[in-house]
Formats: sequence, C-alpha cells, structure tokens
Amino acid sequence: MSIATNNIAFNVEEIRKDFPILNREVNGYPLVYLDNAATSQTPKQVMDAIVDYYSNYNANIHRGVHSLSQEATDKYEGARKKIQQHFNAEKTHEIIFTSGTTHGINLVASGFASILKKGDEIWVSALEHHSNIVPWQMLCEKTGAILKVIPMNEQGELIYESFEELLSEKTKMVFLNHVSNALGTINPIKKIIDKAHEKGAAVLIDGAQAAPHIKADVQALDVDFYVVSAHKMCGPTGVGVLYGKEEWLNKLPPYQGGGEMIATVSFEKTTYAELPHKFEAGTPNICGGIAFGAAIDYMNAIGFEAIARYEEELLDYATIKLQEIEGMKLYGTSREKTAVISFNIESLHPYDIGTLLDKMGIAVRTGHHCAQPIMDFYKIPGTVRASFSFYNTKEEINRFIEAVKKAKSMLS
Amino acid sequence: MSKTIQEIQEEIVDEFAMFDDWMQRYEYMIELGKALPLIDEKYKIDENLIKGCQSKVWVHAELEDEKLVFTADSDAIITKGIVAILIRAFSNHHPSAIIEANTKFIDDIGLKEHLSPTRANGLVSMIKQLKMYAVAYQTQLN
Repeated sequence: MSIATNNIAFNVEEIRKDFPILNREVNGYPLVYLDNAATSQTPKQVMDAIVDYYSNYNANIHRGVHSLSQEATDKYEGARKKIQQHFNAEKTHEIIFTSGTTHGINLVASGFASILKKGDEIWVSALEHHSNIVPWQMLCEKTGAILKVIPMNEQGELIYESFEELLSEKTKMVFLNHVSNALGTINPIKKIIDKAHEKGAAVLIDGAQAAPHIKADVQALDVDFYVVSAHKMCGPTGVGVLYGKEEWLNKLPPYQGGGEMIATVSFEKTTYAELPHKFEAGTPNICGGIAFGAAIDYMNAIGFEAIARYEEELLDYATIKLQEIEGMKLYGTSREKTAVISFNIESLHPYDIGTLLDKMGIAVRTGHHCAQPIMDFYKIPGTVRASFSFYNTKEEINRFIEAVKKAKSMLS
Repeated sequence: MSKTIQEIQEEIVDEFAMFDDWMQRYEYMIELGKALPLIDEKYKIDENLIKGCQSKVWVHAELEDEKLVFTADSDAIITKGIVAILIRAFSNHHPSAIIEANTKFIDDIGLKEHLSPTRANGLVSMIKQLKMYAVAYQTQLN
C-alpha cells in the first residue's frame, strides 16, 4: 500500500510493524484505533525498554551502592536528560517526574496556595480539560483568589482580545492547554505567555494533547510550567513530567513528604533536597521514566515534522470525507488544530454512534471528553471524537467513514 | 393468567435467537427503543435519572393493583432499546417477583458486553434501579 505523502521518508506500513496491537481484531473486525487523544499505542521499542528494565537492572535508584542500583539510576537520570533535551529545558533538574499531567498541575496548584492572596486573579481558558479547571477552583476556594475564564468562539478558538482586555496587575497565574483535548484547537500560547508576563503573572501550559504532535521548546516559549503525560506520546501510563523554570521550582514548597525529597531529617527540622528531588518523594516510577525516555527517542527517530505533516494529511482527508455525510456537524474548526475531529450527526446521540462503531472494530471516544464547559458552550451532551496518530492510515479512515455511514443509517 | 417474568424473558431470548449477527440484533434493539411508549414529561426529572450512564436514562415507577409499572426514556436510542427490553420483562409484575427475577437473559440475547459494571451505558445500574423501586414498593405493600 502506498501512502500519498509529501514526505517520502515516512513509511506508515513500516511504522505500523512497531505496534503489535494494530494487528488485533475487535468484535470480528481488524481494529481501527482512533482514540489516540485518550491514549496512544505503544511501540515495541518502548515495550522492549520495559522488559529490559525488569529483566536486567530492576533496582531502587539514587540510594544503593550496588551495581544494579547504579545502572537503574543512570538509565532513569538518562531519561530525564533526554526529556530535558526534547523540550529544550535549560537545566536537567527543571524536569520533575510525575505520575502524569494531572499530578503536575496539582503539584503547581498546591504550591501556589502559599503564594496567592485574597482578591488575586487566576485565569483558565474555556477550552480546558476538567483536570485543568478543578485544581484551580480548589485553589481559589482555599485562597480567596478569583477564577477568570478566557472565552471561546464558535470555531473553538480562544478570544485573545477578551483576555488582553481584562488581564490586570491582579492576575497572578494563567493556565491553559497548548491543544484542546475535545476539539484539537492549537492555542496561541506564545502570545498569551508574553502578555501574562507583562503583568507579572506566571503561566502553566498543559501540554498533554500537544506533546504527541508538537515539539514544544520551553525556553523559546518562555513558559513557566509545562506539563505532559508519557502515555499520550507512545510511552506507558502513570508517568509524565512537569517542566518548571528553576526560579519557580525553588519558590514552590514541596508537594508531598517522604523519602527521596529530603536532605536531612530530625524531629526538630527537615531540610529539603535540591531540585528535582524536592518534588519526587518516594520511590518513583523508575521503569515508567525510562520507558518514557524510550518513547521520546522513538518519536524523534520518526521526526515531529514528518509526524505533523502526515497527521495533517490524515486530518484533511478525514475532514473532507466526513463532511460529505449529510447532517454532519463538526465542532472545533480552527485552522490551527491537531488531528482531532469532534462531531455529531443530526440529533443522533454520540453514545449510539460510538457503540455501533465499536461493534465494527473502530475505537473512538464519545461523551463530554472531560470538558463539560465546551459542551455547554455548544449546548450538546457530547460529541464523537476521532483522534488520529501517525500510525493511522487513509484506508483506516475509509473504514471509519463507512462505519459512520452505516451507524447513521441504522440509527436514523 | 399473565406471563411470568421468566416466560417473558424466554420470549425475548427466542426473538433475539432469530438474528444471525450483531447488526440485526442492534437494529432490533433500536426498533424496540423507538417503540418504547413515551414517558410522561413530568417524570423526566433529575431524581429519576440513573447514574452511571453516558446517556441520560429516566425511569419512573408506580404501583397499580399491587403491580409495579415502569416507564422510561433515554436520549440515546440504543440505551432506550436496552431499557425497553428491561421494562418489557419487569414491568407490570408484583414487586416481590421483580426482586427475585434473575437477569441471565441479557447474556442469552447476546448483550453480555453491556453487563460489565464499568460499561458506560449503565445496564447494571438500570437493573439495580428497577430492583430498588421494587424493594421500596414491596415495603409499602407489607
């Protein structure tokens, strides 16, 4: 099968061989996995790293004098280094391993509890995932700060002008996602970061949905915090990183107490360890961190530019094909978007469509996508969301389109 | 003599046995969903909503001559089909019969996948809710 792509080096058939799961059947049909925004599939290179860890050098890190512990520590810290380079952080210790994006957000939100005062303002965007709304609401309850929202328009784009207009010296923090999980919109984060900095506010960017598609350069963005999850970018679940500027990470208090994060402990006083260990209490997800490093290597070997180009082709192809279906309504039609399509057909319930697609072996997400404010904006209970990855093919999209048509005819 | 829950369940199993593949089963379920009698709008309130469903499901119960009568609705048609099957089996019976009824027939009609407690359509929650109504009304009758 040949894929008409501008990038000759990109061979999807070869890439698919790295993903054993893509060969399986679901409900008697070959799997078409279009729920990549929920979690990506895992290439065997990453699985190999996991097996290698448990087969050859499983040990607790940072403490042991024995060789296995040293090897594990080297690999784990090597992964941190890879992640640092990938996101172009200035310093390795600005990369904090977390259990994922949600953990990273909560770590920062909790730290800001001691910084914020009553009447301070913090901003989120109308496009946020619940995980980037709820921690800030909790923070506001705790501190008396006021939560403000950057509004969105019908295309699912943030209205930058409203933010610019209402931003004030009272604004202490701004939180938004790089890419919306429900709609795929790529937000103008650089503009927002710069504007927020003019007022002295810190900015946290939730990069969970961007990381699989866009290589963020945290220094060029001048962002204060950037959080990601490994499992959206070919890595395992339960691990992610928080990037934070050194000065900010030094300013924030530790999030959890425990081993690893201390320098000295006595019952009178405990002094905290240096970065990054100050925020890494307890034995970390060692294998997960190493596998995350392997995932970053894997994706970089393919190349983010090639990935972005190919995914854009898939997105354009799927968008055109879907729009040919009568009654199709797409949500999130920004020109700047990743390979995500959120849609409904006439008044059919997304749940019904998703159920029938599953019967035909096609995995999509249905529902409110943990972004109820967006659904409220459009006055809908939810959408069907198909999200594409670099290992999907046009043939799969054809099967998806046929299945959507079949579901529509069964339900109408 | 009206049919027992067991008899109705067997009848439903027989109907579904006529279908060769999932598509026909689902088409039939969608048909059943469309045919579900309309619930009185005043009962489509939050208290009657079943939790644990990705789609909204309202179930209302009332006692008529010692028999429990269920009416229901859902905003998703497949869910409505599932609730229609449940209502057909359980509605219009004495609460004690509803409490005792088993739900193995769901398995037998090839909807086993919907029985998982983590399934978003909440079939398990629906059954639980119907039985809860039966328990509540049973206490009234005692």
